[in-house]
Amino acid sequence: MSVTDDAPQAPPTERKRDRRHERDVALPRWMWVPAVVAFLVIALPVAGLLIEADWARMPELLTSEAALAALRLSLETAAASTVLCILLGGPLAAVLARGRMPGLRTLRSVVLLPLVLPPVVGGLALLYLVGARGLVGEALRLGFGVTVPFTTVAVILAQTFVAMPFLVVSLEGALRTAGERYEAVAATLGASPALTFRRVTVPLVLPGLMSGTVLAFARCLGEFGATITFAGNLQGTTQTLPLLVYLQRETDDAGAIALSLLLVVVAILVIAFARPRNTEGIR
Amino acid sequence: MTGAALAATVRLDRPGFSLDVAIDAAPGEVVAVLGPNGSGKSTLLGVLSGLLVPDSGHVRVGEETVTDVDAGISVPPHRRGVGLLAQQALLFPHMTALANVAFGPRAAGIAKRDAEARALSLIADVLPGLDADEMARRRPSQMSGGQQQRVALARALAPRPGLLLLDEPLAALDVDATPAMRSLLRRVIRDAKQTALLVTHSALDALVLADRVVVLDAGRIVEQGATREVLTKPRTPFTARIAGLDLVPGTACTDGLRTHDGTLVSGLSAEPLVDGDAAVAVFAPSAVSVFRDRPAGSPRNALRVRLAAIEPQGDTVRLRASPPADGPAWLDGLAADVTLAAAAELAVEPGAELWFAVKATEVAVHPAAS
Repeated sequence: MSVTDDAPQAPPTERKRDRRHERDVALPRWMWVPAVVAFLVIALPVAGLLIEADWARMPELLTSEAALAALRLSLETAAASTVLCILLGGPLAAVLARGRMPGLRTLRSVVLLPLVLPPVVGGLALLYLVGARGLVGEALRLGFGVTVPFTTVAVILAQTFVAMPFLVVSLEGALRTAGERYEAVAATLGASPALTFRRVTVPLVLPGLMSGTVLAFARCLGEFGATITFAGNLQGTTQTLPLLVYLQRETDDAGAIALSLLLVVVAILVIAFARPRNTEGIR
Repeated sequence: MTGAALAATVRLDRPGFSLDVAIDAAPGEVVAVLGPNGSGKSTLLGVLSGLLVPDSGHVRVGEETVTDVDAGISVPPHRRGVGLLAQQALLFPHMTALANVAFGPRAAGIAKRDAEARALSLIADVLPGLDADEMARRRPSQMSGGQQQRVALARALAPRPGLLLLDEPLAALDVDATPAMRSLLRRVIRDAKQTALLVTHSALDALVLADRVVVLDAGRIVEQGATREVLTKPRTPFTARIAGLDLVPGTACTDGLRTHDGTLVSGLSAEPLVDGDAAVAVFAPSAVSVFRDRPAGSPRNALRVRLAAIEPQGDTVRLRASPPADGPAWLDGLAADVTLAAAAELAVEPGAELWFAVKATEVAVHPAAS
């Protein structure tokens, strides 16, 4: 018996789309106009920053003590918040995508709240929960002598609050797309739920997890409203880059622009790192 | 029933549907489950594999009770030793063929080296004539659909399941790949005495692969028995259709069968029948001659039908009937196979009225299921 019946024997490589010979069939010409405008709305302000920047003073502005401290704090807190988002939001996404109990829809709406809520409101909410007289805050203060607001921990909490939905939503989407069929097969092969999760589910949703992680990290880096409300603006402890930019703008435009450009560079790095397969949509 | 590889009695109710079946399989036996869409085949497989929990009943695989609703036993799917091969191969896309096949043995705690050795020999077995080492390194995306299904079969066999569930394993394959896969299944399932339950729509699959056939309809078993027996003497319209036979229900009478509207279908009964008992008249579509006008002379059975569809089938054409305006409902779906030349000569379109004629000697009358 041979198996040449149905076989393309050579491993078929992924075929690249041949754009040179294709014609647009779904792109009306007029669409170019609003599309270009939309692009300019995004690109022009960033270009404006480049034009306005005081390049001669750039090294000095970027290496000021406050700037370095803020950059460092931003990267550290964003990393910590992102890890929290993965550790807590990952399982939450799994529950939302795979759970069978009633009430999950309501739960999902609550998870989406930080996406639509003004961050300042989020910061206020955190303050009233974990603040000195807050429900949890008071217990923490009396029980352990711990106060959270206006500390680095508060920065991390605020960022986690606003960034969590980004990770949960993209990961839940990836879980739903992957479906449960592979997991059912793994079960019939004798794999426990834990093994199936590790060897089948996680690898299948890795692209979704990656893009969710990058989105969450980027959201953390840009976080302003909840942070300034809940954590304040103390250099070295809670003053992240966006807060410093806001503060500098009142006294020194050039400094604010330099720091803004620094954030732009970090953002571009994040996108460049994440882009290859994750933010370009499904092909 | 001791010694059975599978013994199950299950009931599952959901709105608008209920499954209520008892099914078993001896060690090494392959049982085909036939049934129209929505008859409960997939639900049955889900219950046996443990992915669905029945409302009542029990399932025993080998010596172990894996489901017993009354006793509160519900062994999770991964500890049942029940394998599954579905329509789609569903190979894990991020693993090589080797890792896919070794997955089951690895999950069972077998050392990596031994698991991979077993996987490699299974891959060589299901892909004869190909370089097993090279195939083992491929990812699913680098294999044809047929090759993927073969590797999926190897993967399902690798943990040595006590019971293998085959859910229309040939349905999604190219026409060209189907015969080879069917004979592979015969070799590694039937000849190797792997106990299996095969859900299929194809009489050929059942004949080649199964020792026994169970016919499901609306969640109930309506017919079962040895494959050849069931498929040559169908007692329900569905089985007849699967078997590619025409079936007319009615009651037994001296000359054959009388339908509920009084039409006499002349035929020969293979077994003694009491007049008035429920019976079915069965004949092959190839035994039906087709005329534009009422045939004169010998054929005892001439049925006036409306042509519903023309289905080309290789060298022949199957003419599918529906009842004419004032005709009885049982004419619906009757088939006649004619040569291409004969079909061309008839020159008819769906909607035309025709006569189906079949000799009494070609009609077998059997006792009916209900």
